[in-house]
Amino acid sequence: MNLIIIDYGAGNIKSIQFAFKRLGIEAILSSNIEEIKAADKVIFPGVGEASSAMKMLIESGLHTVIPRLKQPVLGICLGMQLMCNSSEEGNTQGLGIFDVTVKRFSNAVKVPQMGWNVIKELKSPLFSGIKENEFMYLVHSYYAALCEETIAKTDYEFEYSSALQKDNFYGVQFHPEKSGLEGERILKNFLELKTNN
Amino acid sequence: MLTKRIIPCLDIKNGRTVKGINFVNLIDAGDPVVLAKQYANLGADELVFLDISATLEGRKTMIEMVHQVAEQVNIPFTVGGGISSVENVNELLKWGADKVSINSSAVKRSDLISELADKFGSQCVVVAIDAKQIEGEWFVHLAGGTIPTEIKLFDWAQEVEKRGAGEILFTSMNHDGTKNGFANEALAALSSLVNIPIIASGGAGTMQHFVDTFKEGKADAALAASVFHFGEIPIMDLKQELKRNNISVRL
Repeated sequence: MNLIIIDYGAGNIKSIQFAFKRLGIEAILSSNIEEIKAADKVIFPGVGEASSAMKMLIESGLHTVIPRLKQPVLGICLGMQLMCNSSEEGNTQGLGIFDVTVKRFSNAVKVPQMGWNVIKELKSPLFSGIKENEFMYLVHSYYAALCEETIAKTDYEFEYSSALQKDNFYGVQFHPEKSGLEGERILKNFLELKTNN
Repeated sequence: MLTKRIIPCLDIKNGRTVKGINFVNLIDAGDPVVLAKQYANLGADELVFLDISATLEGRKTMIEMVHQVAEQVNIPFTVGGGISSVENVNELLKWGADKVSINSSAVKRSDLISELADKFGSQCVVVAIDAKQIEGEWFVHLAGGTIPTEIKLFDWAQEVEKRGAGEILFTSMNHDGTKNGFANEALAALSSLVNIPIIASGGAGTMQHFVDTFKEGKADAALAASVFHFGEIPIMDLKQELKRNNISVRL
């Protein structure tokens, strides 16, 4: 298993690497385009602000590489948001993989949503063995609305997409690497997805 | 539904967990990495590590401990104490901390909050506020609660939100170490004043205190140390009790 975590300078990626280590897999941090293209599986992390993260992707040329990857790709948190069409955060143009816009929660609720909430209406092998209404850890101010590519929903202010999938691209708004044993199970499921590379 | 969080706080000095009673007398309560793993297994929602000596003595929070915790623990954790620069935070996040908590350094230079929020995102910036009620008015205190300021709690809370803090960790110096309950009146006022999550800290003694701080204090999370470290309140029992009181928790 050649697992790459894309290292483009955005946020806390060590904890994803550590989570895979707990599963017995050595994930490699890389920003090298050839290495990323050749990987069996790719993790696209991201924590922080959308426009500056996107800027770093563009500077490294990864913005054209990621949407063309053929192997399973898992975007986490901001990674998932950047895979969408656009984000209200910093008026950011996204990678356009998921056909949905990322918007900010209103002030009717506390922003950011911070803590454990449940994921439901699970529709993907990514959630194999995960029960409905399982708790996951989330920290975010912006959300992807429900759309055709929604594979999990969460309720905060309203129902939104806590996970998305299109072809080989997966995205989760929550942090599987910080969501206890059930989160680790989702990472393990991702590792077990078939590759087309 | 988003659940209320229970957060054990591990005060760290020289790589060991300690709990200050009113921030002074220190009692050793174990190895932070071992404790952190235990807490994750026992149902803690999140952990906070505060290097309580850091601000007083200018020491940096221990990167190695952060590294070990991040490797071994599968729930989120915040690191605070002695953080005064973007570089400090970069290093801590790089080694696996999920959030950082800043306190005195934010009061001394409030631009730090904006700088951190811009660079790393608000979600990882916790501003810890230690305050003491003096003749009816809450004043912010610095350096582990030892230095009073003339800054009013509610003004400061609004300022930190405006500058991009993702969360406020509010410790009442009047309640800390007393085990007589949290400062629910001030907490409720904070919660209605700002639109970011508030962590209640200082005063936990019984399970009812937690019920009260979520119901009356409108807190989003509650933090405590000694009642958890010395097994006085088992976290799962606490969560069952909260659930019985119709407070949404992760069980």
